[in-house]
Amino acid sequence: MTWLQTHLAVLPVLLPLFTAVALLAIGDGGSGASHGSAALGRSRLVSVASVAVGLAIALLLAAGAAEGDLRVYRVGEWPAPFGIVLVIDRLSALMLVLVQLVALPVLVYAGGGWDAHGRHFHALFQFQLMGLAGAFITGDLFNLFVFFEVLLIASYALMVHGHGRLRFRYGVPYVVLNLAASALFLIGVALIYAFTGTLNLADLALRIGQVPAPDAAVVQAGGMLLLVVFGFKAALVPLHLWLPGTYAAASAPVAALFALMTKVGVYAIVRVHGVVFGDNAGASAQMVESWLLPLALATCVLGALGALAAPTIARLVAWLNVASVGTILAAVGLLSPQGWSAAMYYMAHSTLIVAALFLLAELVGAQRGQAGGRLEPAGPVAQPALLGTMMLLAAASVAGLPPLPGFLGKLMILNAAFGSAAGPWVWSVVLSIGFLTLIGLARAGSILFWSVRAEDTATKAGASPRLIGATLSLLGAVVVLAVFAGPLKRYTDAAGLQLVDREAYARAVFGSGAPASPVRPFGRGDRP
Amino acid sequence: MTLEFIVATGIGWVTACGIYLMLRARSYPVVIGLTLIGYAVNVFIFAMGRLAVGAPPILRDGAAVSDPLPQALVLTAIVIGFATTGFVIEMALRSRHESETDHVDGEEPPR
Repeated sequence: MTWLQTHLAVLPVLLPLFTAVALLAIGDGGSGASHGSAALGRSRLVSVASVAVGLAIALLLAAGAAEGDLRVYRVGEWPAPFGIVLVIDRLSALMLVLVQLVALPVLVYAGGGWDAHGRHFHALFQFQLMGLAGAFITGDLFNLFVFFEVLLIASYALMVHGHGRLRFRYGVPYVVLNLAASALFLIGVALIYAFTGTLNLADLALRIGQVPAPDAAVVQAGGMLLLVVFGFKAALVPLHLWLPGTYAAASAPVAALFALMTKVGVYAIVRVHGVVFGDNAGASAQMVESWLLPLALATCVLGALGALAAPTIARLVAWLNVASVGTILAAVGLLSPQGWSAAMYYMAHSTLIVAALFLLAELVGAQRGQAGGRLEPAGPVAQPALLGTMMLLAAASVAGLPPLPGFLGKLMILNAAFGSAAGPWVWSVVLSIGFLTLIGLARAGSILFWSVRAEDTATKAGASPRLIGATLSLLGAVVVLAVFAGPLKRYTDAAGLQLVDREAYARAVFGSGAPASPVRPFGRGDRP
Repeated sequence: MTLEFIVATGIGWVTACGIYLMLRARSYPVVIGLTLIGYAVNVFIFAMGRLAVGAPPILRDGAAVSDPLPQALVLTAIVIGFATTGFVIEMALRSRHESETDHVDGEEPPR
């Protein structure tokens, strides 16, 4: 058992990796596979079992992190900051649990037929999980880039899963834009390395304040480039334009999984701009303060307006995703532990609810015959009571109506903003976009369920219990967030405080010895 | 002309060409543009370890050394860039097949 304790921190990365390789070996019955071939059945079983084990590991790690200990894993026993470290604090553990909580129902849903619409769905899904887990636990900026690439290249293939003209129409720009963003990521990382001589996050947090003033401008330029990259992943205005079309074009389970992808951007902003460029960064302290909050509030407003104008239900949900990222980043932009705590709670809620809504959008669209997901009158759906109730529950939570967690999350954000200079802005925007979201969803719901054309009485099959169950379990997880809001709030509060305790983080990463490693940029003096 | 000036100008020129090609919005120029930007970024990372002539990244007694880490980072970036370029070419070919145009938007722009 000590072996497990030692290596537990690296398992969230290794488990999906080995599962993916095994899934490639099992195969999925070839391109002409009929629905439910034997190989595909085995793939589903292995994939779901692996994610279930992943969830157990994530919960174990979260239970450990809740005690307040930082779990540090030095890959290959290389001492920090020379080797790569994986660090699991409360925030990382929370994100790991969230990844698996979304992945498990989505995978069950995809097993209902979507995984047979193309090759290697399950292997790609596992590679994506590997990239997500790695990005959430790495303690090294360049390693973060590598895991970004892992999750992105899996997402490129998943995005066009099922093929079709529309998916390539949005898939090609998605890939090209992400590759351009990766180039910017590398430039930003190189600029920061050039003047600090390290890429270890703990080391950076200590060292970035010591960069003398003229060089600090270059480091800040690097940090701002990273904000562009992370803002692009998170769909921060004005870098949000790619998201609605892409997510709406992707197949439902893929779009639901992609609800996690925007949160990687948010997480990276917290880690890099919140903590490393935090208030101890000397000349670069709080450098995103004047940018992040205004842009986040603009993202909220544009997201809600987009939801009002959406022509299809999938686009509506995609715009809601933009609005929810804006709300989270507004809380992050407060740059205080209280704000981050509120952001974490709201992030957990919004990821689950957006994933559920993407699945629900497809369930509803599939039962409306020719009209599909378009917001126009059509024949009645086959299961109006069930789907309508699920839609109502999800809509109420997204819009932030009590007693659902969307309301609690927004309340925490408002509470954290109270008293800060930007408080009135945050209050008015967060409250008004809740109202706008409610109008948008009420419009969609009344068209979908009440504007029924009576002459269209073609009988349609209801969704299978498997699809309904997967969607319901995501909604159930949202309800659990509301029931256990108290303990969760205590956890996220502690997580916010843990983030700003840079000394404890550095002590854990560097071990008992002082981080006095003579790392500094190469200068002329180093060349005899 | 110092070494730094020549390298910096070269990086800037290649990046500018890459951005121009990317804005052409046709899949072939876009792929070439991405590749050029990738090259420029790789040289940029290399240069961020400081430029030195005749300094290998190996510690020896008394000999000049250069920072080995950017060189390791470049190696990783090259491998990743190679893989993603291969993928984007395949993707562009599929898109060309599906939409019968090589415009990145999947449809010819209105004239």
